[in-house]
Order: sequence, then C-alpha cells, then structure tokens
Amino acid sequence: MTQVNRLPGGQIDRSQSCKFTFDGKAYTGHAGDTLASALLANGVRLMGRSFKYHRPRGVLTAGSEEPNALVELRGGARQEPNTRATTVELYDGLLAKSQNRMGSLRFDLLAINDRFSNFLTAGFYYKTFMWPAAFWEKLYEPIIRKAAGLGSLSLKDDPDVYDKGFLHCDLLIIGAGPAGLMAALTAGRAGADVILADEDFVLGGRLNSETLTIGDQSGADWAAEVVAELTTLPNVRIMPRTTVIGAFDHGIYGAVERVSDHLYAPDAGKPRQVLWRIYTQKTILAAGATERPIAFENNDRPGIMLGSAIRSYANRFAVSADKRVAIFTNNDDGHRTAADLHAKGVKISAVVDVRPDVPRSLDYEVLHGEVVNTKGRLGLTFAEVRLADGSMRTLECGALGMSGGWNPNVHMTCHQRGRPIWNDAIAAFVPGAELPPGMVVAGAANGDLSTAGALQGGATAAKRALGLKGRLPKLPETGDASINLKPFWYVEGCSRAWLDQQNDVTVKDVKLSHQEGFRSVEHLKRYTTLGMATDQGKTSNMGGLAIMAELAGKTIPEVGTTIFRPPYTPTAIGVLGGRHRGQEFHPKRLTPSHKWAEEQGAVFVEVGNWLRAQWFPQAGETTWRESVDREVLATRKSVGVCDVTTLGKVDVQGTDAADFLNKIYCNGFAKLAVGKTRYGLMLREDGIAMDDGTAARLAEDHFVVTTTTANALPVYRHMEFVRQCLFPDMDVQLISTTEAWAQYAVAGPNSRKLLSQIVDQDISNDAFPFMACANITICGGLRARLFRISFSGELAYEIAVPTAYGDALIRKIMEAGAQYDVTPYGTEALGVMRIEKGHAAGNELNGTTTALNLGMGRMVSKTKDSIGSKLSEREGLNGEGQLYQVGIKPIDPKDPVPAGGHLMNADGPVDAAHDQGYATSACYSPNLGHAIAIGFLKNGADRMGEQMRLVSPLTGVDVKVEITSAHFIDPEGERLRA
Amino acid sequence: MIIDHPLLGPRDAAEFTYLGDAKLIDRPDWQSETAAKDFYEYGYLRDNPAGWHQELWFHEAGDRSWLVVTRNTVTHEISKVEMARDVARARGRSK
Amino acid sequence: MRYSGLKVIKEALTGHKGWTPAWRDPEPQPEYDIIIIGGGGHGLATAYYLAKEYGQKRIAVLEKGWIGSGNVGRNTTIIRSNYLLDGNEPFYEFSLKLWEGLEQDFNYNAMVSQRGILNLIHSDAQRDAFTRRGNAMLLNGADAEMLTTAQIKARYPFLNTEDARFPIKGGLAQHRGGTVRHDAVAWGYARGADSRGVDIIQNCEVTGFRIENGKCLGVETSRGYIGAKKIGCAVAGSSSRLMSKADMRLPMESHVLQAFVSEGLKPVLPGVVTFGAGHFYVSQSDKGGLVFGGDLDGYNSYAQRGNLPTVEDVCEGGMAIFPAFGRARLLRMWGGIMDMSMDGSPIIDRTHIDGLYFNGGWCYGGFKATPASGFCFAHLLAKDAPHPTATAYRFDRFEKGLMIDEKGMGNQPNLH
Repeated sequence: MTQVNRLPGGQIDRSQSCKFTFDGKAYTGHAGDTLASALLANGVRLMGRSFKYHRPRGVLTAGSEEPNALVELRGGARQEPNTRATTVELYDGLLAKSQNRMGSLRFDLLAINDRFSNFLTAGFYYKTFMWPAAFWEKLYEPIIRKAAGLGSLSLKDDPDVYDKGFLHCDLLIIGAGPAGLMAALTAGRAGADVILADEDFVLGGRLNSETLTIGDQSGADWAAEVVAELTTLPNVRIMPRTTVIGAFDHGIYGAVERVSDHLYAPDAGKPRQVLWRIYTQKTILAAGATERPIAFENNDRPGIMLGSAIRSYANRFAVSADKRVAIFTNNDDGHRTAADLHAKGVKISAVVDVRPDVPRSLDYEVLHGEVVNTKGRLGLTFAEVRLADGSMRTLECGALGMSGGWNPNVHMTCHQRGRPIWNDAIAAFVPGAELPPGMVVAGAANGDLSTAGALQGGATAAKRALGLKGRLPKLPETGDASINLKPFWYVEGCSRAWLDQQNDVTVKDVKLSHQEGFRSVEHLKRYTTLGMATDQGKTSNMGGLAIMAELAGKTIPEVGTTIFRPPYTPTAIGVLGGRHRGQEFHPKRLTPSHKWAEEQGAVFVEVGNWLRAQWFPQAGETTWRESVDREVLATRKSVGVCDVTTLGKVDVQGTDAADFLNKIYCNGFAKLAVGKTRYGLMLREDGIAMDDGTAARLAEDHFVVTTTTANALPVYRHMEFVRQCLFPDMDVQLISTTEAWAQYAVAGPNSRKLLSQIVDQDISNDAFPFMACANITICGGLRARLFRISFSGELAYEIAVPTAYGDALIRKIMEAGAQYDVTPYGTEALGVMRIEKGHAAGNELNGTTTALNLGMGRMVSKTKDSIGSKLSEREGLNGEGQLYQVGIKPIDPKDPVPAGGHLMNADGPVDAAHDQGYATSACYSPNLGHAIAIGFLKNGADRMGEQMRLVSPLTGVDVKVEITSAHFIDPEGERLRA
Repeated sequence: MIIDHPLLGPRDAAEFTYLGDAKLIDRPDWQSETAAKDFYEYGYLRDNPAGWHQELWFHEAGDRSWLVVTRNTVTHEISKVEMARDVARARGRSK
Repeated sequence: MRYSGLKVIKEALTGHKGWTPAWRDPEPQPEYDIIIIGGGGHGLATAYYLAKEYGQKRIAVLEKGWIGSGNVGRNTTIIRSNYLLDGNEPFYEFSLKLWEGLEQDFNYNAMVSQRGILNLIHSDAQRDAFTRRGNAMLLNGADAEMLTTAQIKARYPFLNTEDARFPIKGGLAQHRGGTVRHDAVAWGYARGADSRGVDIIQNCEVTGFRIENGKCLGVETSRGYIGAKKIGCAVAGSSSRLMSKADMRLPMESHVLQAFVSEGLKPVLPGVVTFGAGHFYVSQSDKGGLVFGGDLDGYNSYAQRGNLPTVEDVCEGGMAIFPAFGRARLLRMWGGIMDMSMDGSPIIDRTHIDGLYFNGGWCYGGFKATPASGFCFAHLLAKDAPHPTATAYRFDRFEKGLMIDEKGMGNQPNLH
C-alpha cells in the first residue's frame, strides 16, 4: 500500500525509507516516523483492541500518554508486549503485531463482550461468580484470566543487555520543549553542569508539532538551533530518548535511556537500555502538558484522536489522520488544528465548538454545538452533531480531533507527597507548593500554556534554580496566544462515552460507582479501574474526576486526585535489573585456593556469595556419598585438609581488647592466657545465640576472633556497634581480616606429623597443646598463624597465611602430606564430622535458640556484663519444657533420620499439639554405619536413651529413634588432646 | 537517600546498613535493681515517631563508622549527621 | 441487597437503577458499645464478625480517610498459611479456612484464588528449614508439598534453572495458598458489616482517647467526641502514632514496603513464586499484571513511598529467576507502611487501660491474616478472652521471653 495520507513537509527524512510489517502486512514509512505515524500514513487506523470490551482502537495521541495503540513489537525473544506505537521510532525491518484479540484484529471474537457490556459494568465481577464456590478457580477465573491481560511475553530469556550508570549534575532539566531548552540555554551559558533529558528522539517538544514561529524562525528550527548551541557546551549533557522515571529522595532521579530501541537490534557490545541514577542539586521539571479528550457517546472509535495529536502528525510527521477531519473543541486550540490541516490541503469537515462565541473561519465550517455520537465499526465514518439550536448535523469524517484543554504534566511533582492544586484559569491541576526538594517547574508543566510563557518560565526557572543574578536574556517573540477555554468535560446525557479508553471505563461506570457509594476518588479508581491502565490515567483521570465532582455536588479540587506514582512511563523490568542476572546476579567470592580445588575436580557449593568446595570426587566414585564417606574416613584415619578461609576473622587489638571480648561473648575472656584459644558464644542483646567461634589471644592486647561464614558481616557490624556506640572509650580497634588470611583446617591423627614438616617451630603436644595459638613461621620464614582447634573432633589445627600465599600453602600441605595420604575434604565431610561430634552450626544457631538450648547454659557468665546476658534470664527462655540439643539415631540402622523431621513420643499422638522437638542437621555417619542427626528436644537433657518417633510427613518418613548425646564420636574428647 | 557523612561527605544511603533508634546507645546498667525491666524496654519498646527521628546507620561499604542520623520519617529529610561515638560520649558512655 | 448473577442480569436489563450504595454514610452517634478505630481490612473484618458471629450491637468503625486506604489496598494480595511456629500456624490456617468460605459468607466476590504458592529452595540448609516448616504445616492440619526441581520446571518452564547463580534445588509448595482481590476484601467486609447495622464512618480521624482512672471512655475525633464501652484499635502502619495518644510505646517500628505491578500481560504465571536466595516474589493478577515485591527499604518511614535501590534490588531478583520478564514493563510502584514488630509476629491483646484493645504489628503479613485477625479481635472484644488460635499474640511476650520469631532475627524489626 502506498502512503495515502502522507502530506508534504514535516520533519521526516524522505531520503530514508523504512520497510515494516504490521500484522503480517508490509508497509513503508520514513526515518523520523513513529510506528503510529507510519501506519496512519499508510491509511491504517485500526491498531488495537480495548481491554474489556475488545472495542476497535486506533491511536489517540502522538506521545507516551497513548492508551490505545499498543502493539507487540519485534518477534522471538525480543517480543515487547504493550509497546506504544506512538513512541516507537520506525526502523527498517520493524515487526509489530496487534494484541489482545482472539482471531484477527478486524474480527476479534471477544468483541462479543461489547454486546454484553450492559452486564459487564464496573465491578460486576464482585457481585457474581460466587456459586458454586469451587467454580471460581476451575471455570470463571481461567476464562477471565485468558481474556484479560494485554500483550504477551515470549517467555524466552531476554537476550539483551542492560546497564546501569551514575551521573551527577548541578541541574537536571526534564523535558526539552521550549521551557526546557530555554532553561538549558540559560544554565548552560552560565557554566552550570546541566543534564537535559527528553523522552523523545527529537528535542523541541511541541515546537516540532506546531507551525508557530519564534523570532523569525519556525519553532522547530529554533529548537534545532538551541540544541546545536547546547551541543557545543561541554558542561551540558543532552540525553534524548531518555525518560526520567521518578523523583526519589535527596535529589536522586531515575532515568532510562533507550540506547538501542530505535534499532533493529542493539549494536554489538551495546546495551538495549541504561538505567541512570542522576544525583542533582536542582531540577527543572519542564515536562509539558497533555491534551485531554472530551467524553461523548462512542468517542472511542479509531480515527478519534486528540486534536494536538492530529496536529503533531500533520506538522511533524507529515501525515494526515484521514482525508476528512472534523474537530470537537472547547477552546481555540481546536481551531489551530483545523487551520494547520487546512493549510496542508486536508479537508476539514467542520469544527464543532461548544462555546457560544465561536471564532469564525473563512476556510472551513465552524459549528456551535456538540458531537453527540459517532459511527463506523472499525473506524470513524460519521460524527453526529447537535447544534446549539437543537438541530442535528451529520459530518462525514475519518478523523475527529478532540480538544478539551490541557493538563500540565504534574506527575513528577507528586512523587514525594506533593499534591497538585486547581487552577481555574486553565481548568486544570497545576503543581502544588510542596514539590520534591530542589525542584522548580516551568512552562506548560507549570500551567503556562503559551510558548512565550514557556520560554520566559524556562529562563526564570534556571536563574532561580542556580541562584543566577542579573536580568533575563532577551527572549524571542512568539506567535501564539491564550486558548480561551470553556471547561467542558462531557456531553450531557452521554453514557457509553469513554473516559479510560484502554480499560473501557465510561461515563456510565462513573455514575454507577457514585450510585453504589464508591465516591472517594480512590474508590472510584479502584472500583471502576479508571486510570489504572498502562498510561496511569494521563488522558482519562480528569474526565472521571469532573463527572464525579458534578454527581457529588462538589468542585473538582474537592474531589481531589489520585496519587501519581513512579515510573513516569512504564519501564522495562530488565533495565531495573541491569546486569544482575544469571551468574552475575550476585558477585562470587573465591578463596585463594579455588583454582587448586578446581584442579582437584572439586564440586562447589554456594555459601552466601562464597563458592566452597563441597566434595572432591575421585575416579570411580559414582555418588556424592561415596566421596564424602571416603573423605571423612580418611580424615579420621590419617589426615585431611579443608579450606576454611571463608570463616569470618576479626583482629581485636588494644589494651581493652580482653574487656571488649568480655562484653561481646557471654563466657569470660579476661583470664585467657596469651597463646591460648577459647570457644566463645556470642548472644544478641535479646539473649538468643547470635554466633559462635573462637578467640585466640596472640598477645596481651591482640586477639583474633573467628565467626561463622554466614555471620562474618553481621558479627563485625555488631562488634563495631558495641565498640563505637556502647563503649566508646575502650582502647580497642577492630579490623575485619576475613579476606586477608587464607586458612586451612588440618585434621586427623597424622595432622601434627604433617604440619611439623611445614611449621618452623616445635608443635609437639607439650609445646603446642590443645587450644594453643601462636604467630609462627612456615617454610623457613613465612609468617603464619597456627591454632590448635578442632571442628572435626580429631587432633587438628587451623593454619593461616596471608592470602597471597594460600594457593602455595595448600599445595605445600598436599605435598608434605602425601606420605600420609592426606585427603582434601569439602563442606559435606566437614558437616558430617561436626554432626558426629555434636557441634552446633547454622542449622542449630537459627536465631531462636539460646545458650541453654544449645547445652551451653552454664557458659553465660553471671559475674560480668555481656551483651544478651540480662535478657537471656527471662522466664520464657528458662525452666521446664525448654529445648535441649540432643543426638538422634535410628533404632533400625537402615532408617533415615531426616533434618526437618519432628520428634514425637513413641506411643503418643502425632500432631502439632504433641510436638516434642525437631531434627536440625542430619547425615550418614560412615564411622557408625548409620544415619545420625542432632536436634532439639523438650527437656532433652533428661531424656537420654528414650525411644521416640521422628516423623516427616512431608517426605514420607516415620521412624523409631533413640535419643542420645549429641557427641556420637569420642565423647571424652581424647583425640583432640592427643 | 544521601547521608552527609561527617568525615567522608555525602554518600549514597545504599552504602549504609540501618539499625534503628539511636536510643540503642543508651544501654541500661546491668546491675541496676530494675535491670530486667530496663533491658526489656531498651530492647523492645520504641517511640517510632512520625517526624524527626535520631537513628543509627553503619557505613558498611565505607569506613565502618556508626553514625547518628537525624531524619524525618515522613519527608525523609536529613537535618544532622554525627559520629555515633561522639553522641555516645556526649550521652555519658565510656568504657 | 443480595448480590448474585441473577441480580446482575436483572439490573442490566432494567438500567442498573436498583443498585444501592454498598454501605451507608451515617453520622456518628454520641456513643457506641464498641468502636473500632481503623477502616482497613482488619478493622472492617472485626466489625463484621462482632456483628455476625458475636451478636454485638451498636458498633462503629472510624476511618481517618476512605475505607481500605491503608495496607489492605496496597499489598501484593497473597494468602497462605505456611508458618512454622506453634503460636502462628494454627492462626494462619484458621485464616486460610476463613478465606476459603469468605465470599459466600459475606456475599461479595473477592476472587479468592487458591492457585498455590511456591517457595524456592537454593541450599541444603534451606531445604532442612523448609522441611521442618512443611512438617509443622502438615502436623497442624494445613497442606504442604515438597517439590523437586523437575516438578517446578514442569509448572514454570521459563524459570531460570540453567544459568542460576543460586541453583534451584526444589521448593515448598502450599497449593491452598494463593491470591485475593485486595480492595474487594475491604469492600466485602464493609458491606457485610454495614448490612448488619455497623456504622462505618469515613473521614473521621481519632485525635485522642478520653481516659479516666485507668479506663478508656471514648475517643476525640475530627467529628467530635464519641463514647464507647470498648475501643479496639486496628490501624496497622499507624499503630505507634495512635497508641502514643494513650501514652503507650509499642514494640514496633514503622517501615515502608514497596510493591510493584507490571503492565497487563496474557497469563504466564499460574501461582505465586518466592525466590529463596534473593528478595523477590511474584504472582499475576487476574487483570494480567505481574504483582511483585521484595524487601523493606529498611529504615523507619511513614512516607508510603520508597527509594530506587530497593526497586533495583527487587528487579534484580526478578531477572535472576525469570529472565523472560526483562521485556515486561513495570507500570506502577507504591509503598505501604508496616508495623514491624520486634519478633515479626502480631499483637491481638488488651492494653493496660480498661476498655482499650489493640490489634497490630502485622509486619508485612497482615493481608493474609485479615479474616482471622478480625475474627480473633472480635472474640477478644466480645468475650474479653483471646480466641484459641491467638493466645500467643500478647503484649507481654517480649518481657517474658516468649517471642514468636519465624525468621530468627530477634529484636531487629527491619529484618523480619
């Protein structure tokens, strides 16, 4: 098809043709077109279907406020549902489909809904579909869900990349229309750091859509000239295709730059979009205004548009909305549209004006009256006009422009509690007094609807924002005047007159909402869905408010507005996620010997952000259990080595270091001798166990504290809180050294023999007994730290070296241990050995257990002040019925004892009321030859040897178990001290 | 939000971890006769005002300072930022 | 007036002239037997059950703005009873059972949709914890099922199981969980209460309590003094502000929780999915919007709006598990103010002042609790004794050390 509605002139690039496809049909447009303008140029008015009644929909606007012309853009994994044809820049090869239809766009089977519209009124679904009860999920809801929704996701992974960036400036200017450009020019010339952002791909705002002049130039030329000057200023950053989405606290704005959306696909290495976080001192909101429609019967047919949109298509895009255009207006703006179109040779059927003193025209007919109805199934064919004298006229037209006045785009002024206020002069809401701090509003967004006012407002706003002295620059003359509006919202007696064209909310629905008591503006919105469409009510809300106000006998400002919420326009979830997806969702922390572990074929597991070796499979091993059993047995038999670098480490130094530890641990540390290590239990202030670990006293004024891997950060934060906020005069310093030291556990009967080959000092049992610690050297002089502590229950050490030597040390240990068949073991074997030994870990330190529950009640010192000791004395945490940590073993050694299972009395009922406790950690013990678990049991300390049931109905387990000590292996601790 | 760190200047609030009411500095005396009640109130009761609120923030991704930030919980405006250690000393805390 | 399909048809054929206001707009009386402060979900449900189940008369609900303007109208609409602890699970299961019969009970279609909720598991420790939880649910008579990754993949084929930073190792499902049309809950209860004689008084802000000799006699309001024998407060989000007028300090902080909705989309998500290794959960509304959320912003706030870092954090979580959502667009975001209690669990209890009762501290779990909260608060108000499923929700549990701490985060409200 040829471009039947293409006009001469405009700002499109006729030298560049763009082929595109809509619903499988090929068309041609030009660079500089939007998808909407190109479709209109090709005579396509029908572009979509409405949400509820599936009424035919054409384009209503020429901008981002578009509620109707939503398409599925692109195909495959790049399919973008609900994309506004009015903002899609045309590119060669563009592919678009209509959406929300069953069958073709022309013959949508769901258009049947429109026939039943009388039944499908506002909120009808709250009153029915209740019987029989089970039918909602089975029958009604699936039908409704399928019919609802708009476009479709491809459900393929988004193939594009999104970036995030940070910008700082003195002045952010939102909108590059006359006010924004003038503000940028004023601020830019004054030397301020300026960011000028506009959602459009051509700067200039309405200047590109109007024929008015600025000075001796066209508005568009003036805009281009200003942009050219701004481009030369190094302190001004111009950001077209960039939507500022929200005003957040303290001068932080979110902005989305659409880097590649105007291309067939992003260039190699380029993101699709960038989310900018803009930190600015001051902001000028120059976001312009949105024209509003008028409600009359059947005002939703394709071809019925905002008058200003018709003007945009004609002047900027060189497209006539149709061969014959009519206008329905309550102000002079409608006449401007008619004049512009007439000048381009478009036939004006008539201008229908509601004002008694209608301006006359020699070029076209002007009627004093109202459009009361329209015709045309898939697009407008006729408009019916009731003239002031009561007589009727039928106008033949394929397009009808509605000019109901302008609403300033106050959206972003309301992002922080601000409420707009009513301005009678333009019959619209304008920004209120309470703006986001640092924001100044200029131009049409401030209710100043003339170009002269916009230029003046922009320049003044820049001066105000930056505190510039001196007079305003001389501003050019402009050729527009006030629009002489008579407030007019809807045609008397109309019923199926659309307010929200996307959600199908009509005047009738607002009346019903009022009738049923949903009169507050928020109730109106929620009951009828008015303004909840993808345009957030930019073209629909005011009409609804005006009608509600009249019904309720109130003024519009008394009815008030709903709250504008970010984002300004819908924003891809992908760009808000940025690069944080897939493997890059969170950073990976690797230990210094990660590469070595990889070489050993380790299987890794996520522990927080760390990756730790879980086990080291060997040739011939087919299940993880085989590997883990081997690692455990080899360690207990000879020697094993495990990377424990991820444990949190905090250096505590200062003359008050011991006193400090006395505060943070519930057990005492003041008397710990230099060269000794002690197990420490840390409580939260509420008396619940927070973390456990060891503190090693390397010197009188120097301790090394270890934490669990998971709690490294919170424990360090807590220690700093205690130091800075509670005991600010203690002479103590804390340094988190988790990443400064690589640390390995060397465990098993041969661990001493192995380490003796590496450590330069004497580590015999006498010289370096159980719980000893020291600064040592290894390999002839490398500084290291050695702790004789054991998580496995074996004779064991932990040895630490500066991170850079971690890889070398593990290789050295493996080399020195070869004669003992030293076995690397992972977190699984570590877990097995600690369960065999009954040591608490994360599953037991679950944030609800006390020292008493953990069997360490007596550790809580009563003779000193420590964090948590006082609140741990509360009655609910002590006395009869408390949980105690116990061991659990199956009566039948073949039975599992799953973690998460609940303990029940052997012969009692199995239900929540009779719950006795639960298993926290479980494993298969290769040393014992059966499964074991540790857990918590009511009064558990007194129930050793009792036979109980461990039930896990979730996983189908119900087994007989015996309660034992949690120390399954070497309960006397002889191996530790060997 | 932006927190104007007394030592480091304005920093994005995302660098900080929030704790809560700065009254957490006023930890009771463990040997007082009313210690049990005092610690309960210290640990659990909050003024939770709609308006100005002194609160503790930790510069976790920064210099590890605890700060006392005076912030309005209705507008999010910040009027004052102090080193928590100075505040603690001023409130009589020592060792 | 009884709503039904037949009534809808009849009205459609007769010009919709027969519809009357869903609730009256009465002037406040000088005195009531019971006043409920707060016309949100919990307050309206309380009034409804007081009238319907406990035969109470002369009840008023006082609402500062428009009913349903608080968290009942700004949550992510999820219902579930997948709780672990004794103090909680029976209560939330009671609530879920009330949801199941609610629409027939109050004759309003709130679109209770038991489409299931799934908590994804990403580590062995998480599996252990969820196993314990699932067992607790089953032992309390609720439903729970442990799903394998393959079972999950079959239901959510576009879930990221191939390239996940935190691989999905299974999930705990509650098939009876789901979603409800949130506003309709407030409206349904309001209509049900109104039809039973309850006065719902909007635009009536309580400015103070009249307390004499340790007894609360009534409330000062923007529409004058109103006396009452008993006064129940159900103003979650504003609890501290209201109770400070009775010189009470509460064990809670107010925090903002943001919620998000995308543009309408054809159905993609059959149920509710919660990411276990990031801050993200999502469902799809009947209208087609993806309704999602994540963590609190984390600082005390009464502002009903949040900041960008949390928005990004939530969307990062979303993209991590559903990379196909990248091209869906976020339409609107908003914030609700949560009473974050010191152990993450609510309070339904008498205060130390005679005649003054309190319901609050719902953290961000208040919506699903609405029916049971109303029922149990009504029970407390009517009988001066706690309902059997809500005996643990006492004020004194903190002083006594009887916290109900599902997440094990202690007295740190923003972590619950």
